[in-house]
Amino acid sequence: MKDKRTISRVLRYIKRYWVLIVCSIFFAAGTVALTLYVPVVTGDAVDLIVGKGNVDFTHLIKLLIRLVIVILVTSLMQWIMNSCNNRIVYNVVKDIRVDAFHKLGKLPFRYMDSRPHGEVVSRIIADVDQFSDGLIMGFTQFFTGAITILGTLAFMFSINFWIALVVVILTPLSLFIANFIAKRTYDLFREQSETRAEQTSLIDEMIGNQRVVKAYGREQDNVDRFNEINGRLEKTSLKATFFSSLVNPATRFVNSTIYAVVGIVGALTAITGGMSVGQLSSFLSYSSQYTKPFNEISGVITELQNALACAGRVFELIDEQEEVSDEDAPEVIEEFDGKVELNDVYFSYSEYKPLITGFDLKVEPGQRVAIVGPTGCGKTTLINLLMRFYDVNKGSISVSGKDIRDLKRKNLRSGYGMVLQDTWLQSGTVRENIRMGKPDATDEEIIEAAKAAHSHSFIMRLKDGYDTLIGEDGGNLSQGQKQLLCITRVMLCLPPMLILDEATSSIDTRTEIRIQKAFALMMKGRTSFIVAHRLSTIRSADVILVMKDGNIIEKGNHASLMAQGGFYSELYNSQFKQ
Amino acid sequence: MKKIGRFFKGYVRESIAGPFFKLLEATFELLVPLVMASIIDKGIAEGDRPYVIWHGLLMIALGVIGFACTLSAQYFSAKAAVGFSSKLKESVFSHIQTLSFTELDEIGSSTLITRLTSDINQIQSGLNLTLRLFLRSPFIVFGAMIMAFTINVKEALIFAVTIPLLSVVVFGIMLITMPLYKKVQGKLDRVLLLTRENLDGARVLRAFNKEEDELAKFDSEHGELTRLQQFVGRISALMNPITYAIINLATLLLIRNGGNYVFNGEITQGELIALVNYMSQILIELIKLANLIITMTKSMACLNRVMAVLEIEPSMESGDRTFEETGEGNDTAVSFNDVSLRYRSAGAESLEHVSFEARKGETIGIIGGTGSGKTSLVNMIPRFYDATEGTVSVNGEDVRKLDLKELRKRIGIVLQRAVLFKGTIRDNLRWGKEDATEEEMEEALKTAQAYDFVMEKEKGLDTEITQGATNLSGGQRQRLTIARALIRKPEILILDDSASALDFATDARLREAIRNMPSGPTVFIVSQRTSSIAHADRIIVLDDGKVSGIGTHEELLRDNDVYQEIYYSQFPKEDMAYEG
Repeated sequence: MKDKRTISRVLRYIKRYWVLIVCSIFFAAGTVALTLYVPVVTGDAVDLIVGKGNVDFTHLIKLLIRLVIVILVTSLMQWIMNSCNNRIVYNVVKDIRVDAFHKLGKLPFRYMDSRPHGEVVSRIIADVDQFSDGLIMGFTQFFTGAITILGTLAFMFSINFWIALVVVILTPLSLFIANFIAKRTYDLFREQSETRAEQTSLIDEMIGNQRVVKAYGREQDNVDRFNEINGRLEKTSLKATFFSSLVNPATRFVNSTIYAVVGIVGALTAITGGMSVGQLSSFLSYSSQYTKPFNEISGVITELQNALACAGRVFELIDEQEEVSDEDAPEVIEEFDGKVELNDVYFSYSEYKPLITGFDLKVEPGQRVAIVGPTGCGKTTLINLLMRFYDVNKGSISVSGKDIRDLKRKNLRSGYGMVLQDTWLQSGTVRENIRMGKPDATDEEIIEAAKAAHSHSFIMRLKDGYDTLIGEDGGNLSQGQKQLLCITRVMLCLPPMLILDEATSSIDTRTEIRIQKAFALMMKGRTSFIVAHRLSTIRSADVILVMKDGNIIEKGNHASLMAQGGFYSELYNSQFKQ
Repeated sequence: MKKIGRFFKGYVRESIAGPFFKLLEATFELLVPLVMASIIDKGIAEGDRPYVIWHGLLMIALGVIGFACTLSAQYFSAKAAVGFSSKLKESVFSHIQTLSFTELDEIGSSTLITRLTSDINQIQSGLNLTLRLFLRSPFIVFGAMIMAFTINVKEALIFAVTIPLLSVVVFGIMLITMPLYKKVQGKLDRVLLLTRENLDGARVLRAFNKEEDELAKFDSEHGELTRLQQFVGRISALMNPITYAIINLATLLLIRNGGNYVFNGEITQGELIALVNYMSQILIELIKLANLIITMTKSMACLNRVMAVLEIEPSMESGDRTFEETGEGNDTAVSFNDVSLRYRSAGAESLEHVSFEARKGETIGIIGGTGSGKTSLVNMIPRFYDATEGTVSVNGEDVRKLDLKELRKRIGIVLQRAVLFKGTIRDNLRWGKEDATEEEMEEALKTAQAYDFVMEKEKGLDTEITQGATNLSGGQRQRLTIARALIRKPEILILDDSASALDFATDARLREAIRNMPSGPTVFIVSQRTSSIAHADRIIVLDDGKVSGIGTHEELLRDNDVYQEIYYSQFPKEDMAYEG
């Protein structure tokens, strides 16, 4: 049922290329027919060469000329067919991938945060690749294979009914044997891959953490564990490798037996004059051509099933529910005044575990709001809600007096500048990364922002300065340097509202204090939300929210909270305790 | 090559028997067309039925023997290949265990992992295939040609022309497409990177409203990929038609010339059919050979990469002095005497002329900005790295002269990154001490402030930790790694910024508990927080690899600029930073 739906989905993608498909089918049929015709002509030619002094040269030449034409046409058709198939498959792959990628921009964070990214990537890359491989094989082999079988059958039966019957009865034997072996090896392969996985995870863990291994002097112990698994792997591996390598010889053995039987029966028939020597030779070549697609088709079918499963996984991603559309958002904010209000907000990531309940907060323009509390108390969640990465379950959030659900997400987000603890940079140059929030920024503006964020001097020390290429996820930069670049990125575009989530956590305190000054400048007149665990960095906030288990348990400024003598003052004092 | 030889040890017989049986099988395969020819020429022409049947049975018998040969060949090859790679894997793994930090830094663990896993797997299948096919395919190709020569020299000349021609086409197309496929892979990697980025960086990209730009980028990158794929596809699609044409045209020539020779009585009709059959065997084997060569080059590249790991010499040798010989009476636990350290690939020194002494039972705090050399300094105590200048001594003896194993056994170091291993909490604690008793574990957990949360777990000490310890929070992981170090009751305990995920209150309790440990270890605490080290007996302030000052908190706060700056950045003098 599900397969059927997947197939019709695949067909819809393929339909766009129907001209190519018609071509491909036409040329495939042509190729196969001509390929089958060649042995007939060859056989006829052999029949003209009977023995010494008995060769019909005039007919032979005619036949051979025909053969040349047939061969050349076949080759040409085969090439066109292959090219058509290539085109279809690669274009379909591209279409599917683009659709899937498009989806990535619209997936709700609920989906992305709850799934390992590697898995989603593998759906878009590996699964689609596997699907395309299966599709290529399916297209070329399944189709031509089927035609070949039918064609050879027709030709063989037209030459000699009985010998053809022998071939038809015997061939399933090779299929049967191949199947038999495949079933047996399946378990062996599973065992092998399980042991191999066990070994890989040991390697992964131990080599990845070799430092700890050395620190604790566990080298020998490791080697022992490794050798134990390796010994088991060697045994299962040998069995799996050996048994799986039997398929080919076994089917070849069956085929050669068929060849011999056809030879015997054919020769006996030829003695009685039931067929000519040439026909026997074409028969022999048919019998090997006939068995080949059988051997391949079983492979093709597993490949196709696999391809369908892969396609199913990609489609699942493409069909995933999108974020609530904001196409018809009725409101637009031209100028953010910096007012933010949360009214009776309820939110949780999972139904069963309420996180934020009945949250109220009024932030006046230009206010500095600091959020503190132990890990897991919902600080980052608040940011997710402000940026509308997640929607509230109940209640509302409004900016400049307008409910954020009445705004386009783009509109809302353009009002915020965000620096997260999780520093993320795109592969590209330093300049490109800084420019992300303001694509038309001049070089002067970029340098000015970098100076303000104290990143200019380290950027200049990089190999190519602002044109230094940053590897995937900032590869060659230290955590602190990455964080500085993220800050620069926001410095450059300076939106009316700021969100700083542990923005300086990886920067040493001396540099931090310099950046804090820049931040102070940046925050002047801007509504800002600051999350930090260093209490010293939030003492100067207008409002401090102390969160615990999703609720605000205390609210006020530093002085009033300290006077209150509650959770905040306990937290604050603990850092001085010796 | 000689180095590779030792991994074949114990599998020499198999490595020879594999190809040998394969050749035997090929020989029988080559005989089949000749038998068929004799059936046609003698059996059919003379109407000799028994002859036909006997020779038919002979063909079947050849098939059976061939099959038996293949089975043996497959078995021996599999055994040799699996055995070889298993041995190789073992020696690479244990070789990696002998490498020092310097070498590990240079290669990087991810490369080592791929070499141990996918590279060796590739070698295994490559070797298996090579043993089976490398001799067989050329043997059949040339065997077919030689058989043709035994039938008729002039006809055989057609073989002599066709084989090189086919080889040029098959290998030529492969040579052209191989680098192109590499390019395709490169493009695919780009597409993969883009996809990954859009997941990992979704928050940032959406915050900056970059969704459409990213889509356009993906569209154009993938467009390039598709164009390249089609281009390569068109070239490799040439292979089948061209080889098909060559083989069939050669067959046609065989028949055309064969007609003349049969007419003159030089060859028989059956022999002509045998020639045609030989021709059709060549193509399959040539394609197999070409594929094999691709696999072989890949496997060779893998093998070279793996061998390169084996060739890395560990740069550190253990000394032979035991602690008994150095005498336990020495009052100095650790001393640095004018120590400098430069990492092998680094341009500048990470530590310069560091000197200090730590007496037994003292607590030493180490503080400084990012990259000031804190971690480098403590890493030299268990001899993770050797000093490029000066000497590091433990118990009064140069660490290079001490038995490395024993040295590390006496040191408990908790690294910055809290690493735990798959297995139970108990298993993980045993890393610190193989034969730790229940009481010892509880004691260590209590000191590390981990006892409560471990006991709150349903299975307590037997709680399973997943790979990467994803089922524990950062703070919990850190406390367990501390417990693991404490359990061996080390003489020297090093905490390298290993309480950073703990809140201030827990951090304070931890320090308190360590101070009260009955074994009284010498403790080194590396931290960015002044509050974590302020109580230490002495604090070493590092600035850019140099010691800027050594003293107590009060002394440094009075005299040391760097320390003052760090301290006041964390504890502003009554709000001067913001409101002043």
